[in-house]
Amino acid sequence: MPDEPKHIVASFEADLKKLRDMIAVMGGLVERAVADAAAALLTRNADLAASVIEHDPQIDAEERAIEQFAVRLLALRQPVADDLRQVIQALKVVTDLERMGDYAANIAKRSIVISQAASRFSLSGLGQMAALVQQNLKSSIDAVGEADPQKAIAVWGADQAVDDLYNTIFRELITYMMEDARSITACTHLLFIAKNLERIGDHTTNIAELTYYAVTGESLPDFRPKGDQTSAYVHANPTGHQ
Amino acid sequence: MKIASPKMPEAALPQPLTPNAPISAARVSIRNLNFYYGANHALRNINIDFPDRQTTAMIGPSGCGKSTLLRVLNRMYDLYPGQRAEGEVLLSGENIISPGLNLHRLRRRVGMVFQKPTPFPKSVYENVIFGVRLHEKLSKSELDERVEWALTRAALWGEVKDRLNASALSLSGGQQQRLCIARSIAVRPEVLLLDEPTSALDPISTLKIEELVDELKRDFTIVIVTHNMQQAGRCADQVAFFYLGELVEAGPATQIFTAPRERKTQEYITGRFG
Repeated sequence: MPDEPKHIVASFEADLKKLRDMIAVMGGLVERAVADAAAALLTRNADLAASVIEHDPQIDAEERAIEQFAVRLLALRQPVADDLRQVIQALKVVTDLERMGDYAANIAKRSIVISQAASRFSLSGLGQMAALVQQNLKSSIDAVGEADPQKAIAVWGADQAVDDLYNTIFRELITYMMEDARSITACTHLLFIAKNLERIGDHTTNIAELTYYAVTGESLPDFRPKGDQTSAYVHANPTGHQ
Repeated sequence: MKIASPKMPEAALPQPLTPNAPISAARVSIRNLNFYYGANHALRNINIDFPDRQTTAMIGPSGCGKSTLLRVLNRMYDLYPGQRAEGEVLLSGENIISPGLNLHRLRRRVGMVFQKPTPFPKSVYENVIFGVRLHEKLSKSELDERVEWALTRAALWGEVKDRLNASALSLSGGQQQRLCIARSIAVRPEVLLLDEPTSALDPISTLKIEELVDELKRDFTIVIVTHNMQQAGRCADQVAFFYLGELVEAGPATQIFTAPRERKTQEYITGRFG
């Protein structure tokens, strides 16, 4: 970690730095993908959406490269203590980042459909949610790079606001669909987009947890503030009769 | 590699000296131990337990006191004038650094294996039975049984059973080290001290000794000094880190190698030690 004395074996120190740099690069790609996917949705920009989809394999390739590098480190350096935790963190963080890239690509695909549909719904709720998710994602990647447990805790606790927004959007879209069955296709896409953003938020908290463990050697508590209540959502009056 | 238990008549089997001692209780308890090489204060206020039938690895840079602590555990320092220990080292409750202790008996209770194999220039059989003859009066058949038991426990019986009368010096380095372990356990010690037992061995012989340590801890309390961090991680239940004569940290091997509490331990095991 940055504030530690240097490793006696300089090449090992260089390897650990390279691992951190590779994660920073992959994190940057994912941040960009999420930002572009959100912008493509909000500005109805199909070209930007297509570029997000096109660049997803690059994120996958970064994940494989980091995995291979981390496995090499484990095999050749046999790291222990904070070095070991850092390599384990890298192996798990890339899985979260790769999945976030998939969600961004999925948002982009759906945004193309939305961009072609008539503009009947306000996307401001999704815009707000996307902004919050991007902010948390950036903080979590910064926390990895800076090995900052306090930043990790802040991200870990901030996901509840994302969940709250998701609940609101979920109810709003259900209402639209109940009012007009012709909106079901677009609203379903928007619902999936909201869910994808919510899942990106969850992976962001995973990265925060992994960072906290890597830096301190301790796990954050099992309980995390969560606000997604949509899986328990039951329509009180499915027939619509008063 | 699994080592089969030898079939021996019950009467000939070495029995633990304190058969009712609960497993996992401390076999050795060190309290406020200080050790001096003349004016040099080599161990400073050491407090640690070595749990019964578990392996404790002692790690630390050269000169940190870990080998000194081994030498205290079987009073080897008594051979040298000007060296003295203060405090308590309780072996099964008995303070082994008290002046009146019977050293002859202590060294039967605490066996030691050194960095380089130290076989006597005698036959394999005579090497194993050497200490037994000093401490016990056994018949020829009992001696034969003890030799087979010790060599089997040391994972060497299969390789030397047809040449028990051959010179121990004709064995390979790894075999000689296992012979020394057989010689140490033949006298039924309570504690087995291993001072860098694999540092002179090739990787396969090293792994055989590590497997052996894992087997032997069923019967003995093992304390191993090693400079090989991976070996400490593989072999030990408990790891103790020493630095400049002080015990910096002791804890379960998993904790020491994944999340040590002390920064100095972390710097040492990760190779950031200046």
